[in-house]
Amino acid sequence: MSPDAKIRLDHVEKTYPGTKVPAVESLSLEVYEGEILVLVGPSGCGKSTTLRLINRMIEPTGGRIYLDDEDVTKVNADKLRRRIGYVIQQIGLFPHQTIAQNIATVPKMLGWDKAKVAERIDRLLTVVGLDPDTYRDRYPKELSGGQAQRVGVARALGADPEIMLMDEPFGAIDPITRDRLQNEFLSVQEDLRKTIVFVTHDIDEAIKMGDRIAILGDRSHIRQIDTPERILAFPVDDFVRDFIGEGSTLKGLHFETVDEHVTLEPYPTMHVGEDPTAAVARAREAGTDWVLLLDDQEHPTRWVPVSDLGGGSTVSSDSGSEVVAKVSLGATLFEALEQMLISEAAVSPVVREDGSFYGVVRLTHLNKAIRRARLEAREHYAQLEATS
Amino acid sequence: MSMTGAQGRIGYEGQEKDNPEPPPDPNTGSDATDAAPTEQPASWFLRAREMNLGLKLAPVAIALLGLGLFLYYRSLGLGTTAPSSQTSALEWSTKLWPQLTQHLTIAFWSTIIVVVIAIPLGIALTREPLRRYGPAFVSTANAGQALPAYGLLIIFLTLMGQGLTTVVVALAVYALLPVLRNTMVGLDGVDRGIIEAGRGMGMTRGQVLTRIELPLAVPVILAGIRVAMILNIGMATLAFLIGGGGLGVTISVGLKLQQNEVLLVGSTLVAIVALSFDWVGAVAEKYLRPRGV
Repeated sequence: MSPDAKIRLDHVEKTYPGTKVPAVESLSLEVYEGEILVLVGPSGCGKSTTLRLINRMIEPTGGRIYLDDEDVTKVNADKLRRRIGYVIQQIGLFPHQTIAQNIATVPKMLGWDKAKVAERIDRLLTVVGLDPDTYRDRYPKELSGGQAQRVGVARALGADPEIMLMDEPFGAIDPITRDRLQNEFLSVQEDLRKTIVFVTHDIDEAIKMGDRIAILGDRSHIRQIDTPERILAFPVDDFVRDFIGEGSTLKGLHFETVDEHVTLEPYPTMHVGEDPTAAVARAREAGTDWVLLLDDQEHPTRWVPVSDLGGGSTVSSDSGSEVVAKVSLGATLFEALEQMLISEAAVSPVVREDGSFYGVVRLTHLNKAIRRARLEAREHYAQLEATS
Repeated sequence: MSMTGAQGRIGYEGQEKDNPEPPPDPNTGSDATDAAPTEQPASWFLRAREMNLGLKLAPVAIALLGLGLFLYYRSLGLGTTAPSSQTSALEWSTKLWPQLTQHLTIAFWSTIIVVVIAIPLGIALTREPLRRYGPAFVSTANAGQALPAYGLLIIFLTLMGQGLTTVVVALAVYALLPVLRNTMVGLDGVDRGIIEAGRGMGMTRGQVLTRIELPLAVPVILAGIRVAMILNIGMATLAFLIGGGGLGVTISVGLKLQQNEVLLVGSTLVAIVALSFDWVGAVAEKYLRPRGV
């Protein structure tokens, strides 16, 4: 067992009375401190059951559950749950209580004093992006779905639990709001560093939210558990491959950034007023049909075709066409690919923080990056197999 | 009127979210894109309900009815021009007033018994170990109400003899169903997600019951109590059959002596009592409904 496992399931089983086939069969799993572990799988695979075994909303029929090395399989379940934040798809705000009362639920049960609770409520509302003065005394029915789920998250954070369990928390929210809530939640998590187990059936949500992803098959069997990069680069079997579906390579581009392993290439550039023949020569040498025109602050401004540079004509600031697509250093290769697809010269110019030209990303860079990721993942699994 | 239909409707009404509070200020919401609850264009009927027109007009109507009865009573010329049988039947201090208090006593105690039995029973029958017996109990209570009230009174007469107690017990059995069923419907109607969230945060079963389920079920349970109360006030007019007194005595005298005046005064008095308590029930339903629901 690794030293930083916050939650550990040890051969946990759940067989419902009257059934022979277990819903969860001998599941062993570790969740590391401060990570988001996403449980993802087809419906009916037992991922929600697995989540609910952790806070004993469902009592396991076998195996042990440890939090911080403390065996909690038999401790008082109500007290256990007060230590664990719980967010569900239905949100389940108490409609007869104000937002403040809702958030105060667990702190009150734990006997916090009033001033501390009030302070905590305001803190949490701010954290989830709701103005305390506006929302404190409202009732849940006065909130939209997105606002309600923000309150749901704030309520789960109520007594500052170290562990959060989230069961499709954004599942019932429209796609645009969901995307925003996911981003906000990730930035909140960056500060809070809670240990989170997150259930979803949506592989894209899993890829986005997870530090690690566990892909579950029937009876909650773990088919593959790893970082999203590695799963995308190296699905271990057909089940996982089918589950992550089409476009896994493209999704993998989300995890490669422009500055990390991509060696950027220089590109023929020129400034306004510069001698075009030299520029044409550079372009010929580089084998491109375009020259990138930079302004006096080295910002890429226009794509000028080599054919426009013949005949000794000078280059003005309105030659060629405007540079509409560029990415910053540190952007993902996915963004670079998108810019590349709309770029005149079929390459993505990369700029530094101050906007000055740095280099370009070409398709071959993406190809190399993906192949390297796949190779690394394959080696990783080969090594795992060798050591086991 | 079919009681079943009426209670079904009341049970439903209790769970319905009427009286919407003003929707949130769209400018303050940080989710500009997701839809805030919007107000539906209301029909005149819904508008009237929103303004609680019924609630405000009912006391006026009841007061007018009372005033009419008072004037009619004065105009009868009791003790002077009226026949002596009428005078004695309608005497306030020895007949009408004692009958009225008796009537209210019967209705009050039978309703109390109903509440004391049906609500805990309804709670028990919606808890896990007893849940599966729920339908059986509701059927039994259904049978209790399906029996003619007259027959029920006679059965209890043979079991317990004459008197006020017998009447109270018989009526309690008769009116058990609406409260029992509404308690169960109200508790079952609480969104499972809300209970799940409560349990998931570490509330005990008892805390979930007292802090979430019961408060949320209050409107439905109150609707049931209101029905039971009105049933009991109506049924208490039959109490005289087994020596339980009540305003039924005056009505029966009016029928026997073929004195329409007596009949009219007696039945109007019962109507005023029933309407008044129904109004009290409606007010209670409105103001005891948890805020935010």
